[in-house]
Amino acid sequence: MLPWILPFSYLFSATLFIFAIRGLASPRTAREGNLLGCIGMLVAVVATLYSPQVSDIGLTIGVIIIGGMLGTFIAANVKMTSLPQMVAALNGFGGLAAVLIALAEIINGKTTYLETSLGLIIGAVAFAGSMIAFAKLHGIIPAKAFTFPLQQFINLLLAMSIVALCIMFVISGNHLWFYILAGIAILLGLLTVLPIGGADMPVVISILNSYSGWAAVGIGFSLGNILLIIVGSIVGASGAILSYIMVKAMNRSLTNVLLGGFGSDTPHNNQTTSGDKAAKAGNPLDAAFIMENANNVIIVPGYGMAAAQAQHVLKEMADDLHKLYGVNVKFAIHPVAGRMPGHMNVLLAEANVPYDDVFEMEQINREFAAADVAYVIGANDVTNPLAKTDPSSPIYGMPVLEVEKAKTVFFVKRSLNSGYSGVDNPLFYADNTIMLYGDAKKITEEIVSALEKK
Amino acid sequence: MNIWILLTIFMLACFVGYFVVWGVTPALHSPLMSVSNAISGIVIIGALITAGGEEMNTAKLLSLGAVFLASLNIFGGFAVSHRMLAMFKKKEKK
Repeated sequence: MLPWILPFSYLFSATLFIFAIRGLASPRTAREGNLLGCIGMLVAVVATLYSPQVSDIGLTIGVIIIGGMLGTFIAANVKMTSLPQMVAALNGFGGLAAVLIALAEIINGKTTYLETSLGLIIGAVAFAGSMIAFAKLHGIIPAKAFTFPLQQFINLLLAMSIVALCIMFVISGNHLWFYILAGIAILLGLLTVLPIGGADMPVVISILNSYSGWAAVGIGFSLGNILLIIVGSIVGASGAILSYIMVKAMNRSLTNVLLGGFGSDTPHNNQTTSGDKAAKAGNPLDAAFIMENANNVIIVPGYGMAAAQAQHVLKEMADDLHKLYGVNVKFAIHPVAGRMPGHMNVLLAEANVPYDDVFEMEQINREFAAADVAYVIGANDVTNPLAKTDPSSPIYGMPVLEVEKAKTVFFVKRSLNSGYSGVDNPLFYADNTIMLYGDAKKITEEIVSALEKK
Repeated sequence: MNIWILLTIFMLACFVGYFVVWGVTPALHSPLMSVSNAISGIVIIGALITAGGEEMNTAKLLSLGAVFLASLNIFGGFAVSHRMLAMFKKKEKK
């Protein structure tokens, strides 16, 4: 192999990866972007396999094929509503891969102690944290925030002992410290994600995504591999920016999310805001009647829609309203709706909702005033007007969808329970609000059949 | 390679990542995560190098484990991104 081929291949594939992310700037170029990413990976892997550093490739290729087939199988069969779990699992695998490589390097006698330790620590935290996130998202363990006494103190202690162990390892080069370091980093990963509740998962997944990138950077430094450093940085930046966007959309700080416990002690001052007012309950027939006579309807989906798998029937409802009654239907998406960034957009895309009909919060908020109906399905906190008016509320300052400005607001919900934040939503008791109690999918199905009855 | 060169590359790559990622449309944030899942499978390069030795030992076994996990990431990430992005495609015809 000519000596310039390997570095040239790495340069080429780094460029392709940048274009892969660049492609996601628009749905029109996104598929080409994904393809460029695949090519970049292929070039990097093939060039490495044929480089002089690698002597035995038969077995390795076999392992790649097995892993690849399993990955493709999972990807082809995962439900779009389970996407957050899958991303969490993949973050975890990336982290674990970094851990294994770090261990192999140290066993092989590499002396880049500091760089390898960083790769190991970040990888281990990403791995363990992702496993907990996966278990919470998949319902294996309760999604609620799980807190215990001295939690933050214990985490702080673990973090400090990681620093201490890392220093001891770098100075002494004794492998034992390295293995203890791996164990403690895994423990820290488990314990930091455990206290974080379900609706904060968009932030957690983004952070873990970021970690899996920084772990690759650590490995890149220890191997002196430029491609790993470049690609790891881009992934790290991507996760960091997504966490920033998510945290801002909740008006919380990153530390506030990471310290956890939000929404664990549910009702604070629940009944105070509702006073003695009662929520008005309606039925799907009323809802169908009001919506077919409307000019503008805005649909606001939330996690409840995903949980009920109601995206397809929701699309049917939107189509019926548009085609049978000439109603103008739009979808409004809050950045933190669902369990991962962009979750709602994917589900609506799955149901064939044209992306021109789907709007981000800032684009659509002023249109609620002109809307006849806001149909809120499986969302709560992201519509709560207390976020604008009540400085004592835990969600104060969070940007919300201003659904209360619509002439009529429908809330499709199982019950009057407060949302994840534990804050009561005064909108439920507003004069122009009608509650539709029940399963999001069932209610919407009944509306569809009422609309089609004519 | 010289640590300062690597650090310089690292810093520049962070800037590139920062600007490229801010350009991603919010509607595609989920595919962004799965694409970055896939490309973070680039650690496979590291695993291939540490798994490259002739003789079978613990280090090589660990590295092969990493190769397996990373290829799961790569194929799983790209395939699920492809599925998602195909859903966004259909709408253009309307």
